Amino acid sequence: MPSLPDIMTPDAEALAKAAGKGRRVTLPAGSPEHDLFTGLTRMGDNTLILGHRVSEWCGHAPVLEEDIALANVALDMIGQTQLWLGLAGTVEGHGRSADDLAFLRDAWHFRNLLLVERPNRDFGHTLMRQFLFDAWHQPMLKALEGSSDDRIGEIALKAGKEVAYHLERSADLVIRLGDGTEESHAKMKDALERLWPYAGEMFLADEVDVRLAHEGLMPDPAGIRPAWDETVAEILAEATLNRPDSDFAHKGGKQGRHTEDLGHLLTSMQWLQRAYPGATW
Amino acid sequence: MYAQMVKSEATNDDPALLEAFQARVDANEKIEPKEWMPEGYRKTLIRQIGQHAHSEIVGQLPEGNWITRAPTLERKAILLAKVQDEAGHGLYLYCAAETLGISRDEMTEMLLSGRMKYSSIFNYPTLTWADIGAVGWLVDGAAIMNQVPLQRTSFGPYSRAMIRICKEESFHQRQGYDIMMKMAKGTPEQKEMAQDALNRFWYPSLMMFGPSDKDSVHSAQSMAWKIKINTNDELRQKFVDQTVPQAEYLGLTVPDPELKWNEEKGGHDFSEPDWSEFYDVLQGNGPCNRDRIEARQKAWEDGAWVRDAMVAHAEKRAAKRIATE
Ligand SMILES: [Fe+2]
Ligand SMILES: [Fe+2]
Ligand SMILES: [Fe+2]
Repeated sequence: MPSLPDIMTPDAEALAKAAGKGRRVTLPAGSPEHDLFTGLTRMGDNTLILGHRVSEWCGHAPVLEEDIALANVALDMIGQTQLWLGLAGTVEGHGRSADDLAFLRDAWHFRNLLLVERPNRDFGHTLMRQFLFDAWHQPMLKALEGSSDDRIGEIALKAGKEVAYHLERSADLVIRLGDGTEESHAKMKDALERLWPYAGEMFLADEVDVRLAHEGLMPDPAGIRPAWDETVAEILAEATLNRPDSDFAHKGGKQGRHTEDLGHLLTSMQWLQRAYPGATW
Repeated sequence: MYAQMVKSEATNDDPALLEAFQARVDANEKIEPKEWMPEGYRKTLIRQIGQHAHSEIVGQLPEGNWITRAPTLERKAILLAKVQDEAGHGLYLYCAAETLGISRDEMTEMLLSGRMKYSSIFNYPTLTWADIGAVGWLVDGAAIMNQVPLQRTSFGPYSRAMIRICKEESFHQRQGYDIMMKMAKGTPEQKEMAQDALNRFWYPSLMMFGPSDKDSVHSAQSMAWKIKINTNDELRQKFVDQTVPQAEYLGLTVPDPELKWNEEKGGHDFSEPDWSEFYDVLQGNGPCNRDRIEARQKAWEDGAWVRDAMVAHAEKRAAKRIATE
C-alpha cells in the first residue's frame, strides 16, 4: 500500500478558529463542570431529538386530533430542550446558547439515548417509542426535582407537569392500539419487539452518571428502573402485549456513539444554520 | 381567503318561509343549526365551511415542510404552534359544518376524491425559509381580510368559529412578518430569499380572493344570506392597500410595475393576477396539487388501522362495562 501524502495546512489553527464559535467542548473531561454539562446535554438532546422525530408527523397523522396532540407533545419537548441546553451552555461557560448546541454540534457530540433517534416508521411505532421514553422520563424528572442544583430542580418541576400528560396519553394509546384489532395488536407487538433492545440504555450508568449521582446532581439511572418496570408491566398487560424476554440493550448514545439515523436527522435539522453561518433568524 | 368561487345553491322552498328567513338575516339575527333554513343556504354553507376546513388541513403541509428545518429552537416552536393552530381551525370548522348534517368523514372522503376543494394557495411550494415568513404575512394576512367580516356571518356556529380563529390568525400574521423582517434586514442572501418569496407569493395571494364577482348571481345570493360579506374585488383592494406599506417597510419590492397610489380612489392601482394560472391550479395543475392530495390520501390510508383499532377498543370497553353491570 502506498504511503499517504502529508497535507500541510500552514494556517490550520486560524482556520479552525474561524470555523465557528466553540464547536468543540473545551471543558476538561472528568471535571465537575464537564460532568454536569454532559448530564444536561443528555436531558436536552433526548427532548430535542424526540421532539424533532415527533414533529415529522405534522400534517400526516391518522386523525386530526392526533395531529394536534403530536404537535403539542413535540412543542413541549422543544421547550424543554431550550431549558436543558440553555443551562448546559451556562454551565459550560463558553458562551454557547441552546441554539448553538442544538444546531452546531455534530452527531458524536450528541448525548441522547439511541431510543429517541429511531425512525418513526408507523404511528404505532411512534407511540410505543414515546411510551417507553415517557415511562422513564417521568420518574427521571421526579428524581431531578430533588437535585442539589436548584436550577435543575426548577426545570424538572416544569417539565414534569408536561410529561405527566405525555405519559398518560402515550400509555392510553398503547392500550387502545394493543387491545384494538388483530392488525393493530400485531403492529404494536412488532413495535415493542423492535424498540425493546433500545430501552435498556436508559438504566445503564457510566462514570459520569456515577459522579453526578454522588454529588446529588442527577439520580443513578438504575434507580429509575423499578418505577419504569411497574408502569410498563401495568400498561403492557392492559394492552394485551407480552413483555419481551431479552434483556439485551444497545448502548452508546449517551456517550456519543449513535445509529446511522442521527446523522440524517441532523442534516435536515441543522441545514440552515450550517448553510448560512452567522445569520440571525 | 380559504373558500373560493363557492357557488350558491338554488333553493325551492316555500316563499313565505323564505321571506321570514330573509327578514331574520336582515335583522342580523343568528341562524342556529336546529332552526329552519333554505336548502340552498344549507348546501352553500356546507360547501363553503367544508372548503375552509379543508384549506386549514391541507395548509399544514406547505408549512410542515419546514418544521424539521426551522433555523432556531424558538422558530421551530413557533411554527409547530402555528401548524397546530391550523389543525385546530380545521377541527372547529368541521364541527361547524357537522351541525348542518354532514359528517367529518364524509367531508374528508370528498376532499380526498377531489369532489371538494381547498384554497388554491396551498398548491404552491415553500422553497426557502423566507416562504414561511411570506405565508404567515401574506396568506394568513389574506385569510384575515376575509375572515374578519365573516365573524358577522348569519350562521351562528360559523360566526363563532370565525371569532376564535381570527384571534389566532392575526398572531400568525405577526409572526410571519417577524420572520420577513429578520430576513429582509439580515445578510444579503437572506434579503434575496425574502424578495424571492414575495415575488412568488404576491400574485397567488391576490388569487386567494377569487376572480371578480361583482356581476355574479351566486355572490349576490350569498351576500343576501350574509354568508359572504364583501365582494372579492373589495377584499383584494383592501389587502393590497394594507400590504404595500408593509412591504415598503421591509425594503422589499412588490413585483408589480403597474402598482401606484391612486389619490382619486384612495387606494392603489395594481395588476390583476394571471387568471389562467388560477384556473389551471383549480383544475389540478398547480405545482403541488398532486403532492398535496397524495400526502393527505396517504395519511388517511396509513391511519386506517389506527382509527379501526380505536373503534374496536371502544366497543370492547363498552361490552365489558355492560357485562359487569
Ligand atoms: Fe387557520
Ligand atoms: Fe391559515
Ligand atoms: Fe393561520
